[in-house]
Amino acid sequence: MEYFLTEQQELIRSLARRVAEERILPLRAELDEKEEFPWAIMKDLADADLFRIFIPEKYDGLGEGVFTLCLAVEELSRACSGVAVTYASNALGAMPILLYGSDEQKQKYLPNIASGARLTAFGLTEPTAGSDAGGIRTTAIRDGDEYILNGTKHFITNGGEAEIYTVIALTDPSRGSRGASAFIVEKGTPGFTFGKKEKKMGIRTSATRELVFHNCHVPKENLLGREGSGFIVTMRTLDSTRPGVGAVAVGLAQGALEAAVAYAQQREQFGHPVSAIQAVQHMLANMAMELEAARALVYATAKTIDSGAKNISEIGAMAKVFATDMAMKVTTDAVQVFGGPGYMRDYPVEKMMRDAKINQIYEGTNQVLRNVIALELLKRKALRD
Amino acid sequence: MNIVVCIKQVPGTTDIKIDPETNTLVREGVESIVNPFDAYALEEGVRLKERCGGKVTAISMGPPQAEQALRETISLGADEAILLSDRAFAGSDTWATSYVLSKAISKIADYDVIICGRQTLDGDTGQVGPELAEMLEIPFVAYVSKIEEITEGYMKVQRMVEEGYEVIEMPLPAVITVVKEINVPRLPSIRGTMKSKTAEVPVWTAEDIGVDANKAGIAGSPTRVVKIFFPQRTHKSEMLQGNLEEQIDQLLEKLEEII
Repeated sequence: MEYFLTEQQELIRSLARRVAEERILPLRAELDEKEEFPWAIMKDLADADLFRIFIPEKYDGLGEGVFTLCLAVEELSRACSGVAVTYASNALGAMPILLYGSDEQKQKYLPNIASGARLTAFGLTEPTAGSDAGGIRTTAIRDGDEYILNGTKHFITNGGEAEIYTVIALTDPSRGSRGASAFIVEKGTPGFTFGKKEKKMGIRTSATRELVFHNCHVPKENLLGREGSGFIVTMRTLDSTRPGVGAVAVGLAQGALEAAVAYAQQREQFGHPVSAIQAVQHMLANMAMELEAARALVYATAKTIDSGAKNISEIGAMAKVFATDMAMKVTTDAVQVFGGPGYMRDYPVEKMMRDAKINQIYEGTNQVLRNVIALELLKRKALRD
Repeated sequence: MNIVVCIKQVPGTTDIKIDPETNTLVREGVESIVNPFDAYALEEGVRLKERCGGKVTAISMGPPQAEQALRETISLGADEAILLSDRAFAGSDTWATSYVLSKAISKIADYDVIICGRQTLDGDTGQVGPELAEMLEIPFVAYVSKIEEITEGYMKVQRMVEEGYEVIEMPLPAVITVVKEINVPRLPSIRGTMKSKTAEVPVWTAEDIGVDANKAGIAGSPTRVVKIFFPQRTHKSEMLQGNLEEQIDQLLEKLEEII
């Protein structure tokens, strides 16, 4: 499919592919097995300027948008979606600063994010607040020139490894979600520590950890946007980054499809390669069709967001749900094409299948996002009537 | 810290063919790459710059298409690249090459460290680094595996030897050749690649750098390649008979037959 990339986009995609093939592939199995954070690869990504993509040129970035970021995420995910998630979550953590930061805040944080010197993470989820983001309990109470944070965030991607955290907390607990605000909290701030490191089913190279705030004093300059805008910050951030999750899914499925095609041509049963069996061919054909459809939807959504469109909740949700359901199916079918060997850790497809599952769950479960899509449909109908 | 890195464009394959008429490598239709050992030299130069400030200048003597290899060095962190290209340089052996490089580096004048790869993939001699130092009359250390310290006018390096390494101090400017153990070269950066597409790569001719035409190219090359051939893989062995003197005579006779 021809997507008419610019020269710079082509270059970014080809460099991301080189990092993926030359630096990620040789380490993929080991990082998964040892559940080790991919620091060496983060350094390679930084050296290649890949952290600069979505940061404006004014702050030392390349001034590209969500679409170009998706191209890079997809290439990394084709090799290892654990690395791709780590990379994409950095964009997620930076997005609130990009969207709502003051010029001083941008000046202070974005150039270091662009160079890859400092990784970021986004802290929203709590034990009581998953799909129901309104259930957060972490508080940030104003005290003179500071806010005092108390509470625990969990399942935070890049937790413990990142240095800059954008954290959602209640500045006015009496107002519920309307009393939420967004803050920048730096690693090392007294009262900010890390709790349990999760042991996961997939994307095991990525770090998932608790953030613990105990009387953590954050200067008032670190408030993002205004008090009470925390949920708007969250929703707009997630709307902008959902195509990124879609891109993780597309890359993952691409890797699985390529592995399945190659294996089917090499595995012999009944005296010929299994690729000669029509049942297998049809599985491969379905995988390829659904993958191309998902890619087209993710790209179109990303480009729509880059165009500055306002109502992006619905299409963002569509791209994320469609692509991640597709990746779950394609990776499962890839294991099926491999047969018994596909279930073994000697081949990459079992990891891809494990990695795929989380994409249907995080950044809005595919169920809650279907609610979003349906709500928009019904709202539009009601408005027309 | 001004760092000069010498690079060479070489065929990017181990499947080489030799022209039996001219005894030279067949380069047509073979993809060209930056000599892999030079990539380590360039990376070390860029790391030195990141450590101490300054600039990295990549130079290469070669035909006009070597410009592509020089552009690649810019995408990998070199600040400037200079191509030394002139018909008078054609056919240079390592001695003549070192002479041309030394003249170009003398023109650059302001340099602290010159870094070369330990050898090239095609010629494989490992001679240019030491010859260059000799012609510039500055210190030289081969097989450097680590730069331990570097300050104004002083450098301490580790040199790989068969078992372990030696630590050597030297005044600057100096020439070093590096081994692959010294670093892991980075991949090109996006900004570097964009810059490399538009960067100016000046071409210096024999006249520009004051090269004496009799000392460059074939005229300035004492090396004569008599024959290049693929060694026959045979497992035949022959024991020489007689006393030591007789055996030496037989051996010399056999060697003369070969060449």
